[in-house]
Amino acid sequence: MIAAILRRIVTMAATLLVISALVFIIIKLPPGDYLTNQILELRATGDASSVAKAQLLVTQYGLDRPIWQQYLMWIGVMPGAGGFSGLLQGDWGWSFEYDKPVADVVGDALWLTLLINLTAVVFVHLVAIPAAIYSATHRNTFGDAVVTLLGYVGLAVPGFLLALILLFYANRWFGLSIGGLYDSALTNRPWTWDKIRSLLGHLIVPTLVIGLGGTAAMIRRMRANLLDELAKPYTVTARAKGLPPLKALLKYPFRMSLNPFVADIGNLLPHLVSGSVLVSLVLSLPTVGPLLLDALRSQDQFMAGFILMFVAALTLVGMLISDLTLVWLDPRIRMGLR
Amino acid sequence: MSALLSIRDLAVAFRAEPTPFEALHGLSLDVNRGRTLALVGESGSGKSVTAQAILRILPPSATITRGRILFRDGAAEVDIARLPAESSTMRAIRGQRIAMIFQEPMTCLSPLHTIGDQIGEALRIHTGADRREADARAQEALARVGFPDPKRALGTYPFELSGGLRQRAMIAMALILKPAVLVADEPTTALDVTTQAQILALLSRLQEETGMAILLITHDLGVVANVAHDVAVLYRGRLVESGPREAVMRAPGHAYLKALLHAVPRFDMAPGERLTPIRPAKADIPPERERAPLTGPILQVEGVSKTFTLRSGRLWQKPRLVHAVADVSLSLAAGRTLGLVGESGSGKTTVSKMIMRALEPDSGRILFDDGGGPRDVHTLSGDALFAYRRTVQFVFQDPYASLDPRMTVRQILSEPMEIHGVPAATRKERCRSLMAMVGLEASGLARYPHAFSGGQRQRIGIARALAVEPRLLVLDEPVSALDVSVQAQILNLLKDLQAALGLSYLIVSHNLAVIDYMADTISVMCRGRIVEEAPRAALFRRPVHPYTRALLAAVPDPSLDHPLDFAAVAADRNDPTRWEAPYRLEPDEAGAMRAIEAGHRVRFGGATEAAAA
Repeated sequence: MIAAILRRIVTMAATLLVISALVFIIIKLPPGDYLTNQILELRATGDASSVAKAQLLVTQYGLDRPIWQQYLMWIGVMPGAGGFSGLLQGDWGWSFEYDKPVADVVGDALWLTLLINLTAVVFVHLVAIPAAIYSATHRNTFGDAVVTLLGYVGLAVPGFLLALILLFYANRWFGLSIGGLYDSALTNRPWTWDKIRSLLGHLIVPTLVIGLGGTAAMIRRMRANLLDELAKPYTVTARAKGLPPLKALLKYPFRMSLNPFVADIGNLLPHLVSGSVLVSLVLSLPTVGPLLLDALRSQDQFMAGFILMFVAALTLVGMLISDLTLVWLDPRIRMGLR
Repeated sequence: MSALLSIRDLAVAFRAEPTPFEALHGLSLDVNRGRTLALVGESGSGKSVTAQAILRILPPSATITRGRILFRDGAAEVDIARLPAESSTMRAIRGQRIAMIFQEPMTCLSPLHTIGDQIGEALRIHTGADRREADARAQEALARVGFPDPKRALGTYPFELSGGLRQRAMIAMALILKPAVLVADEPTTALDVTTQAQILALLSRLQEETGMAILLITHDLGVVANVAHDVAVLYRGRLVESGPREAVMRAPGHAYLKALLHAVPRFDMAPGERLTPIRPAKADIPPERERAPLTGPILQVEGVSKTFTLRSGRLWQKPRLVHAVADVSLSLAAGRTLGLVGESGSGKTTVSKMIMRALEPDSGRILFDDGGGPRDVHTLSGDALFAYRRTVQFVFQDPYASLDPRMTVRQILSEPMEIHGVPAATRKERCRSLMAMVGLEASGLARYPHAFSGGQRQRIGIARALAVEPRLLVLDEPVSALDVSVQAQILNLLKDLQAALGLSYLIVSHNLAVIDYMADTISVMCRGRIVEEAPRAALFRRPVHPYTRALLAAVPDPSLDHPLDFAAVAADRNDPTRWEAPYRLEPDEAGAMRAIEAGHRVRFGGATEAAAA
């Protein structure tokens, strides 16, 4: 078991290395980079001191060297101007666009992104699981039809549209400004109780908007899975033992129907970052989605590279978590490991 | 004293379009303390519905429309039919006073929970016992049903156990609370004969110990003759015959029971006697085509072995080798039938797969003769292999899983012909004649498999195998998934087809009675080796090898004059180190086959070789 986990971690490290190379190649594919574009622009305006500063950055980050050297410096296995300083050393590079270290730009946004999206995920499960269980056990009743209809509506309505509508009506009816993650007055204040309360209040709408599509999809899939499992003989065995219906349902068919969802955790985590870009833009949420979009557009290479690597690492960690959970949940997989 | 459980005028109906369908029309019967009542009937006769009604676990679409189910446990009398299915009174009865075991021990146990958890669960919900007490009692229950190491078994999962042990775990689960009534729905149908005999012996012993009543649902009259005290025969939702076993089995009054008794293969059948299907089916089989005559055997398997590697997860452990098939030789004469008998895991299916060239043998040869001299099947390639594929066809065990539900019967029958380049016009004509050959209407060609019953589907499977005019059919348990009432039809059809088309059959089965009815020569396999081979008559007249004798002894006979010897089958007979001399084999010893009379060969152990020398 422990050997298996160790093997997995080694594979994960190798995978990350390959991904980092791919990410770097893709970022470097379009001609030029942020600084050379900027230098061209500054030369045109004749701002000599700025040009000099930009030139300094070019040499400091080795942008004048061959691409493979730039890559090795970025991941931190080759010394740059300031010695070994790359991803491996925890230095995520410089954002040319913001003129700050990437860590400072991304900082809060990263944790807020995770917060919003984890809230959405919890919301999805809290709503979808009971709804699916109800829907499956009351198959072809009025209640099932209502749940199904709501599910279809949730699937069909685009998140950003719903966000716009909510934005408009929340403001019109309640006088609320739900854009952003806290009152704009609190933006640069330290984390106080007021700020946290404001954050919680602002979380409601994004959670609903981001979670709705996922909830609908999960209800549909869970219902179908449960219906399959409810027809299995071991469900009858549980009833024949005298188990109350709900207890029998949760212990046997429900647990059997969980596997595909656990296997999905790996896909879920990266989706947390990239999936809500549109909604974040509409609701002007300070998440990394819009940052990534900007960074890619302006060829801010270290910024884009870091966010993409972060998503990749998240995916791998998600896969590991889902595999470990499956091993823990399902003895058939556990025995297969031995 | 009145009966423990009395069913009076019970009717159960299913919601269905356009009119409700009544599955039971006024059934009355009594289940008595300490006795076993066998409920006999074909599928659809209402026997499982009766069991579900007693436990009130009918599917949601079914309701009890009238009648009473009186349960007299202790002083009070409860009418189960009147209780709400999910009331606390009913739940207290279900699992505690009336327990049930099912046919498929694999699918009826949850693969995600340990045996100990699932067995102790009934105790925990009914008596509020904590986990430790439940574990202790579950361990006792496992010991009582004959688990070799009950303490260790608590922590095992169902998929780690053999079929027989799984069914024992099911029984332990049902009996942990010492119920007054045990409802057993086909408890041994999915098991090998020897395991079946052991489970039946176990049920009888537990009944003697606890005095519980057993309602045994079965279609196997051999089982009935051996363990039932009373018999009730159901036919289309009605009781057609009931009474003590002696009276019912010795002098069956109703035509249906008589027909049932003649529809299953028995060992005491006269040579050449045909089974009489309950519902005769007509088949229109054309006479044999001219083929190149064969002088030698059509199929020869020479010393074939196959080893599988079990992957082990640990880095430092060597992968485990399993000798699925070891040095197996077979010979099948053209136009004859070779029967391959063995329990699950004996390697018989692996042999058939190697003949089909679905698996490569590690060593040995498989020679096939299509009139042009014997050729090694596993060296064939290109056109020769393509031609071989056409001459050897397979009939599968499960007629439900082996037909694609999204193809019409015409597509199913045409596909092999398309592959082998039969022109479209001929295909159309041949589809119609194939349907006639297996006794189905040509109008069925446009329909999908779900419109057919199990027996009809198996006919379609046979028609598909015959579509490309093969010479050899490999039949893998062709009737074991079918209802008794149609087994005779299929077996007779196969015999008629063989006579008319000059086919050769290799039939693989664990059912000795079926092999006895079909085969000309029989090979008995155990642990990957042939232990005895003989012409049919010789094998059944004089079985020599202890394993063959154990297999034969374990087949329950519907005649009351040949009761099973439960003591004899209790021992594990598939362990070569425990066979008596001179058949005993040391671990990893191969032994040697020796002829004891013409065509009758038996595997002897090395000890006798030494003694003889």
